[in-house]
Amino acid sequence: MLRVEYAYWLIAAFLLYTAWRNLRERQHARAAFWLLLGLLVAGGDAVLAREKVGDPLPAQLAGGAVIALAVLAPSLKRRAHPETASAEQRLASAVRLGHRLFVPALLIPLVTMLVALFGAHLSIGGHPLFATSQMTLTGLALACVIALFAAARIARAPLRQGLFEGRRLLDAIGWAALLPLLLAALGQVFTQSGVGTAIASIANTMLPEGNALLCLLVFALGMVLFTMIMGNAFAAFPVMMAGIGLPLLVQRYGAHPAILGSMGMLCGYCGTLLTPMAADYNLVPAALLELRNPYGVIRAQAWSAAWIFIATFVAMWALVFR
Amino acid sequence: MNYWPLLGVAVIVIGFALRLNAVPVVVCAALVSGLLAGMHPADLLALLGKSFVSSRMLLLFVLVLPAIGLLEHAGLREHAQRWMEQLRGLTLARLLIGYLLVRELLAMLGLTGVAGAAQTVRPLLAPMGEAAAEKIKPDLTREDREQVRAVAAATDNIGRFFGEDVFIALGAVLLIQDFYARHGIQLTPLSIALWSLPTAIAAFVIQSVRVWLFQRRLRRQAAQQKSGV
Repeated sequence: MLRVEYAYWLIAAFLLYTAWRNLRERQHARAAFWLLLGLLVAGGDAVLAREKVGDPLPAQLAGGAVIALAVLAPSLKRRAHPETASAEQRLASAVRLGHRLFVPALLIPLVTMLVALFGAHLSIGGHPLFATSQMTLTGLALACVIALFAAARIARAPLRQGLFEGRRLLDAIGWAALLPLLLAALGQVFTQSGVGTAIASIANTMLPEGNALLCLLVFALGMVLFTMIMGNAFAAFPVMMAGIGLPLLVQRYGAHPAILGSMGMLCGYCGTLLTPMAADYNLVPAALLELRNPYGVIRAQAWSAAWIFIATFVAMWALVFR
Repeated sequence: MNYWPLLGVAVIVIGFALRLNAVPVVVCAALVSGLLAGMHPADLLALLGKSFVSSRMLLLFVLVLPAIGLLEHAGLREHAQRWMEQLRGLTLARLLIGYLLVRELLAMLGLTGVAGAAQTVRPLLAPMGEAAAEKIKPDLTREDREQVRAVAAATDNIGRFFGEDVFIALGAVLLIQDFYARHGIQLTPLSIALWSLPTAIAAFVIQSVRVWLFQRRLRRQAAQQKSGV
């Protein structure tokens, strides 16, 4: 049975390979960085399993490794990585291979989609082929492996060329790859240390009395701001709902709960488009697309976010107090 | 009420504003907030480690890199650009708006993982977008190219975000339903998902208009260059 854990092992193997290549090129800080990250991914299951039975030591070690990663990160200068094939070589290859080049690239979304849609029905000899949890992610990992084989076959290149090129891209992304995980961890620490309740209580003291529209505006802007701080609308939603949405808007002013919840969440999504804290959507793509400005993607979507927020707020105002 | 943990937020804001390396800034913020909340250092370390490894699925995108790297080595981006040049009717705006529509519809079906910055934007959408922009303005500057790529990534994000809330079995809808259920209000997922539709449509219209305006700006710049020289 294919489980998402196998995908983690693949990630860990790729990270360790990257570490090994860097070590051979005497890039010691880089090698140590990817080695630590690879070990964290590989040991993740064990850490969580020990934590569940009440042994905090592996989790503490993982925490120490995270701090070590933070110490190493500033020494990883972004490397303008040299291309392995010249522009002429790539163009000649493009002319020779033509549309066949699209096949592996399109296999990634296609296989992922097929697994997501039909994976639950596939079985071999009565055993289900895919574990039900995180099936889409398992599908994406499988799709990546299939696409790598297909790409090697179509380009008539050895598989290790793929690893080599992948490692080059990973080094170009560098420490930005780490941010989504770190920010998720930061969100947890913020929640546990009461940052959310502190912000909600500040928002409550600023709340205007007796004006439903202003109250709705504070709720919507609060969703945006709080999402920007936490990097995630899911973390902001329960706090804002418990502080303002439920007691005031729903219970006092009679707001429609489904509309308030749905559109309030979408206001938070507008905040996600605006914040570097949502690194996996905003900073990692900027690194992946080799933009010189790390906030380039945020800048490109800021006005869209503002207009979508306005449209959502107006719709919410018109509908929620029916 | 202990307001001191809010200093962690201040660390983040200052760190990002000064453009310091984000990794140590984030770790410092976590340590500041945790310690000021009175957590024991050992517990804080364990919390940090545990939350970090529990979100390791966010590294999944690195598995895309070997296949994409190999294809780029074999000329994928060059081919995508050459193909765009042949497609006369496919302008930059039509390409991006078409992608936005497909991405949003797929997200509405719950298929958010099939596309993304690594899977589709870097290998396909960005080079095709650059080629389409070149048809409008032949001598694209480096800034222009980066702008096209950034708009492509933004289009991908917006399509995904405002489509996924319409799907009933995805995180957001279930989170909303669960919150109300714990406070004694029963809602069906469909009744929540339905109310995401107005924003889904607004997001599509707004981003389409902005993409079209971006294309018009490129056209004007190209026209000015022609008449200026």
